[in-house]
Amino acid sequence: MAAMNSIRDTFFEECEELLEALADGLALMQAGENDAETMNAVFRAVHSIKGGAGAFGLGDLVAFAHRFETVLDEVRSGRIELDPEAFRVLFRSADHLTDLVAAAKGGTSVDKAITDTFITALDDCLEAHDIVSAAPEGDFSFSAVPLDLSADFLAPADPAAAQGFEIRLRPLATLYASGNEPAWLIRALGELGTVDAKLDLSALPDWQTMDLASPALGWDLQLLTDAGEAAVRDVFEFVSGHCELRIAVTLPKVAAMTLAVPPPADAAGPVLPVPPQGAAQRLPREAPVAADVAPANPTLRVDLDRVDRLINAVGELITNQAAIAQRVDEMSLATGAEIKAHVEDYRHLARDVQEAVMAIRAQPVKPLFQRMARIVREAADATGKSARFVTSGDNVEVDKTVIERLADPLTHMIRNSVDHGLEPPEDRLAAGKDATGTITLAASHRSGRVHITIRDDGAGLNRPKILAIAVKKGLVPPDAELSDAEIDALLFLPGFSTAATISNLSGRGVGLDVVRTAVAGLGGRITITTVPGQGSEFTISVPLTLAVMDGMVISVAGQTMVVPIASILETIRPEPDDIHHVGPTQSLLAIRGRFVPIIDVARELGLDPRGKPQTTPLLLLVEAENLSQCALAVDDVFDQRQVVIKGLDSNYGSIAGVSAATVLGNGQIALILDTDAVATGRDLAPIRPRPISHAMEGTQHGTA
Amino acid sequence: MAPLDSQTQADLEFVTFWAGGQSYCLDIARVREIRRWGPITPIPNAPPGVMGVMNLRGSVIPIYDLAARLGLPPATENPRNVIVVAMNGGETVGLLVESVSKIISVVRDSIQDVPELRLDTSRQSITGLISLDDGMTRVVDLGGVTHRQAAATA
Repeated sequence: MAAMNSIRDTFFEECEELLEALADGLALMQAGENDAETMNAVFRAVHSIKGGAGAFGLGDLVAFAHRFETVLDEVRSGRIELDPEAFRVLFRSADHLTDLVAAAKGGTSVDKAITDTFITALDDCLEAHDIVSAAPEGDFSFSAVPLDLSADFLAPADPAAAQGFEIRLRPLATLYASGNEPAWLIRALGELGTVDAKLDLSALPDWQTMDLASPALGWDLQLLTDAGEAAVRDVFEFVSGHCELRIAVTLPKVAAMTLAVPPPADAAGPVLPVPPQGAAQRLPREAPVAADVAPANPTLRVDLDRVDRLINAVGELITNQAAIAQRVDEMSLATGAEIKAHVEDYRHLARDVQEAVMAIRAQPVKPLFQRMARIVREAADATGKSARFVTSGDNVEVDKTVIERLADPLTHMIRNSVDHGLEPPEDRLAAGKDATGTITLAASHRSGRVHITIRDDGAGLNRPKILAIAVKKGLVPPDAELSDAEIDALLFLPGFSTAATISNLSGRGVGLDVVRTAVAGLGGRITITTVPGQGSEFTISVPLTLAVMDGMVISVAGQTMVVPIASILETIRPEPDDIHHVGPTQSLLAIRGRFVPIIDVARELGLDPRGKPQTTPLLLLVEAENLSQCALAVDDVFDQRQVVIKGLDSNYGSIAGVSAATVLGNGQIALILDTDAVATGRDLAPIRPRPISHAMEGTQHGTA
Repeated sequence: MAPLDSQTQADLEFVTFWAGGQSYCLDIARVREIRRWGPITPIPNAPPGVMGVMNLRGSVIPIYDLAARLGLPPATENPRNVIVVAMNGGETVGLLVESVSKIISVVRDSIQDVPELRLDTSRQSITGLISLDDGMTRVVDLGGVTHRQAAATA
């Protein structure tokens, strides 16, 4: 069954690509590109999913895909007009198909009633255009595809996008005489798709009467291929007249639909480079996506574990390179020493290898963005607003894990933009805007990071209202004088929610603070810009990868540690006058007219402060989780460098205040500080309160 | 070689070492290597006996002071101290011990159960006792020594 499972896995992988092609195609159609190519791509995507689902006995999926396909076929033939309502049905159906595939993959099922409502919607769409509804269920016989799963694993993997041919081949004597051979013909057919050949012995006379010169064998062939009939006929081009040949298209219903397609490009033009038999198990990649991409680069599916192993090894390489560079530096060689040039070359090579390896894990954000299209639709439906969704930078690539972990925050922010950002249509019209709002999701590369912006053309943030809510909830004192940026930042405070009623939509019991935490967990930041009356823009900046990070090397209580550059706003060496004390332990830094709490990192981490110098501490101004700033007191700041992130979980477990570790050039481990945890004291709580350490007092005396 | 006719006759090999002045041992199959003392990075708010983390060819492994984890006085700094790197399930951990003594072969049957002891910390971390010519060695239960919960909450 292992083979079966892997074929099943392949099917679901294909489904993801097909669903992507489907969403792409629908979006193109909505944008007005109603050319045959696009429509065919959409049709083929659904058709292929249906085909694969049939092979795995996924009845619900087949039934729904079939109905969907019927409607698409009518759209393609121009009998259904593509009005906004039709698009709504198509998009919703695509969403539901996605759900059904996900359910089938997870071995669960979708409530029949829900599927039925979608089927009804599709049927309504047909009826609205006076088209007799699709063939009754019982008549639908997709399972008739000769997929002999148990006997032949070659067959089932590629039923999708394919059509069946029944070929009756009865060679005449001249066929053999002209140097042809049925086996070659059958093999040639095998290159087009999967062939099931049956030998027909009915014409075979008994031994006594047999004429050895006249052929008596015949073959009945079942061919399942995505190549057109023309390609099939081509195979027999050289034997025409030398055999009795009948080529019939099987599967009346399905085939009829398929044949209605104006012959796809591949049949008219040169025949697709058909992969050899083994590879033919895969769906020809070109078929479903041909509409929108240039010839795809050949790709290779690799187990993620292997890639991660490679990334680990490269991490070692970088560390090793740093170690060697450090040793060579320590040798104080003459400038221009040959070894220095080699070390420099090594550094470049290591960087190149690392970048190349990281690129393997990088994936375009497109699938993520496509999922957001659905969120926009659903959110707009739920709030009675009308929204258009525009994406750009779909091809920007980010580490796979980053993409996965962006899905939730992005979903939330998109919902938020529709729910709170866009105004109701009547308000928009009153403001002289298009009744349909626009949500733009864009990705771009900027200095080693990826910026994802979520923009709406709504009313912009209502700052007085935000401030009023924050005051009402006790998040800020009533007399607080806040700058615009500070008011905007209030949105990210835990417990803040502008919606007067907790809407089922963006409410969900979480606020933007959760988004911020999730993004911070990726080493990212969120910023807001807003123009009243014109809309708001949220920008998420995340690193390209989670395997390496730009860090600042610092020392705390004699220990070398690393702080993510992303969380440091600035480093400050304060004048003694800038430091003020509150109570026995707390000190504050006066900066630009404000007071910011100073947090002693060594004390927070419970480190032995013996090695601590008794001078004014060096402060790192960081932004804590609740967006308030605080200054982390450290002993020294060294340099900035790229560090390879090593998890602690696999061998030990998580450590409060530490997010991960890295290996320094000297081979020693440095811990990477979790600035949020240190700044807020989160998770460090159980070990408090603890007596004031002497060193802390010393510091105070030293700095007071 | 001992005859492998039955499971109980099969020889097991143990690495014995000293910690807190007592002899302990670990199934050789779980021991990956024995290393000299190297630089250890302390970790914040570490539970007792957790010395910190060390770089083992790029992996970050925690180092436990075996004696301290067993409730004995912690190891004192000594050039003879070594780190026994062992596998505990999927985890790689290091145990700081005073010295490694030898490898012993024992018959499975000769490993005795730990009798009821008053001191729970020791009992939790020992799975058996092996009698030697010159005394006794205790089979360390790595899980008991490194117990994640203990490490996280202690």
